[in-house]
Amino acid sequence: MSTLEIKNLQVSVDTEAGAKEILKGVDLTIRSGETHAVMGPNGSGKSTLAYSIAGHPKYKITGGSVTLDGVDLLEMTVDERARAGLFLAMQYPVEVPGVSVSNFLRTAATALRGEAPKLRTWVGEVKDAMNALNMDPAFAERNVNEGFSGGEKKRHEIMQLELLKPKIAILDETDSGLDVDALRIVSEGVNRAKAANDLGVLLITHYTRILRYIKPDFVHVFAAGRVVEEGGPELAEKLEESGYAEYVTQ
Amino acid sequence: MQGLQTNYLTPTGREEAWRFTPLARMGGLHDGTVVRSGESSLFLRTGLTSGVTFAQVAPDAIAPFSQSDDAVVLHARSEVTAISHLSIDKGITLAEPIYLGRKSVAGEYSRIKISLGVNAHAKVILENSGSTILGEDLEMELGAGASLTFISLQEWSADTVYSARHHAILDRDASLESIVVTLGGSLVRILPTVEFRGEGASVSLNGVYFASAGQHQEHRLHVDHLVPRAKSRVNYKGALTGDKAHTVWIGDVFIRAAAEGTDTYELNRNLLLSDGARADSVPNLEIETGEIVGAGHASTTGRFDDEQLFYLMSRGIESDDARRLVVRGFFAEIIGHIGAEDIQERLMTHIDTELSRVGA
Ligand SMILES: Nc1ncnc2c1ncn2[C@@H]1O[C@H](COP(=O)(O)OP(=O)(O)OP(=O)(O)O)[C@@H](O)[C@H]1O
Ligand SMILES: [Mg+2]
Repeated sequence: MSTLEIKNLQVSVDTEAGAKEILKGVDLTIRSGETHAVMGPNGSGKSTLAYSIAGHPKYKITGGSVTLDGVDLLEMTVDERARAGLFLAMQYPVEVPGVSVSNFLRTAATALRGEAPKLRTWVGEVKDAMNALNMDPAFAERNVNEGFSGGEKKRHEIMQLELLKPKIAILDETDSGLDVDALRIVSEGVNRAKAANDLGVLLITHYTRILRYIKPDFVHVFAAGRVVEEGGPELAEKLEESGYAEYVTQ
Repeated sequence: MQGLQTNYLTPTGREEAWRFTPLARMGGLHDGTVVRSGESSLFLRTGLTSGVTFAQVAPDAIAPFSQSDDAVVLHARSEVTAISHLSIDKGITLAEPIYLGRKSVAGEYSRIKISLGVNAHAKVILENSGSTILGEDLEMELGAGASLTFISLQEWSADTVYSARHHAILDRDASLESIVVTLGGSLVRILPTVEFRGEGASVSLNGVYFASAGQHQEHRLHVDHLVPRAKSRVNYKGALTGDKAHTVWIGDVFIRAAAEGTDTYELNRNLLLSDGARADSVPNLEIETGEIVGAGHASTTGRFDDEQLFYLMSRGIESDDARRLVVRGFFAEIIGHIGAEDIQERLMTHIDTELSRVGA
């Protein structure tokens, strides 16, 4: 049983005109097995929240706390946070030229498990994970995300989620750029990870489409750097119909 | 006569071609004062197959040669009486690479000529190693339709000075792929130059270099599009670490008025791994005709890409390992094309060792 606890989180970025405050006090608690959907207009700070929790150097924490099972995540380096059990599926996964997917996955698995996975079981493990997401095994020999289509990048993220077995996963617009079939395949991957590891999920999305596959327990409306409303799955339906107007103008 | 010529040639360091080079560290190659034993260091590692010859020949026997105003080349030409000539007959396709190596010679001017006949296809790997002061004039001449992959490895000892021109002359529809790898040496200055003499020829010039504290590595490319429809691609990548590591990359591409249909692109990327290192990168494109397919260049010099490191670290990979992966990946793009597993492994191991030494 794990708990990711975000309390009054305030974050700014450096701009040419000085520091710009983006998160203005975010409170969220995600426990193992729970799925929290976060929905909100473009530019409201959803990716900022995701990156700040994962430790991206661009974002400066100016207040509040983030803990995983009571341990301060903000004091940790990016890799330490991952080893503590955090995973971020990125909105825009990064291309790493010259580093093959298979080398990358093995290096990551070695770091997370504390020892190199046994070669003979590992090869099968990777093959299964790729098959499960309908990825051609040829991807293993390609460079990380290089030349991948938008949808292929997202599948690659969820394949890592299944392979690396975190406690808490943040999925930043994993559904955008996916065709109908890929959306189902990727959602099934997330659901398998939930079932297998009692994963807690923070799912950032613009559409209720993905929520038909991945059932949220809670829906949070995000606007102008904070959570402005919370509810159950029915809140997502309401947002789809009426948009964010009432939250943005308030 | 000799003395006059020498005086006239001796660079002062103010010339465009020498302005980045520390002449005091040239070991006398630029002014002819280098002490030489008179021996030739080059030898053939692999056996000869039918249609291939390797011999010491008098310059007269295989003249004419290309023009050059490089001081080191001119010294080599005025002194060397026997040229190492590797010749591959027309129509021959070699299944295996030809390996050239170096035996230990303390100081030397050297001349090498590699000739490929019409429609000959070969791969030549020049493995440079050892402790020496060497000035070299290397010429490759490709007949119509011939193709050559030329790989030169600079795995010199730490005190070596190597200054060389690797000049390619391509006849109609010939193609050259070159990979220059520069890791060792105190001062390495290589001029990979290309002269298109026939239409439809193409070159792909690639290089990687890794300069550690105190090393000077200079690569001056010069591609002359004199004739129509030739294609050139240049891709050089370097990493630098440590105090006074200095790399110089010059990419001169000329598209002459007659060179319609030229297609050229050149790229140089430098990765600065520490403070105190300096990378000079000067792409230079001169175009005398508008009737071309394409011409472009790009040059970047920077530190690690934060986004790449973040992505790798967000998967639990420690900072040092993430950096190592990125640098390995940076070089693998070119080293992976050498096509000889043992050499690729050896070069990557060298790079790993350098990286762990500096704790990158
Ligand atoms: N360097 C910067 N300079 C100025 N503003 C910035 C900078 N970096 C981020 N921002 C701003 O921070 C805000 C939040 O961005 P963020 O990416 O978190 O939004 P988001 O909610 O994920 O949007 P989307 O739905 O479009 O993905 C945006 O208004 C963005 O322009
Ligand atoms: Mg976003």
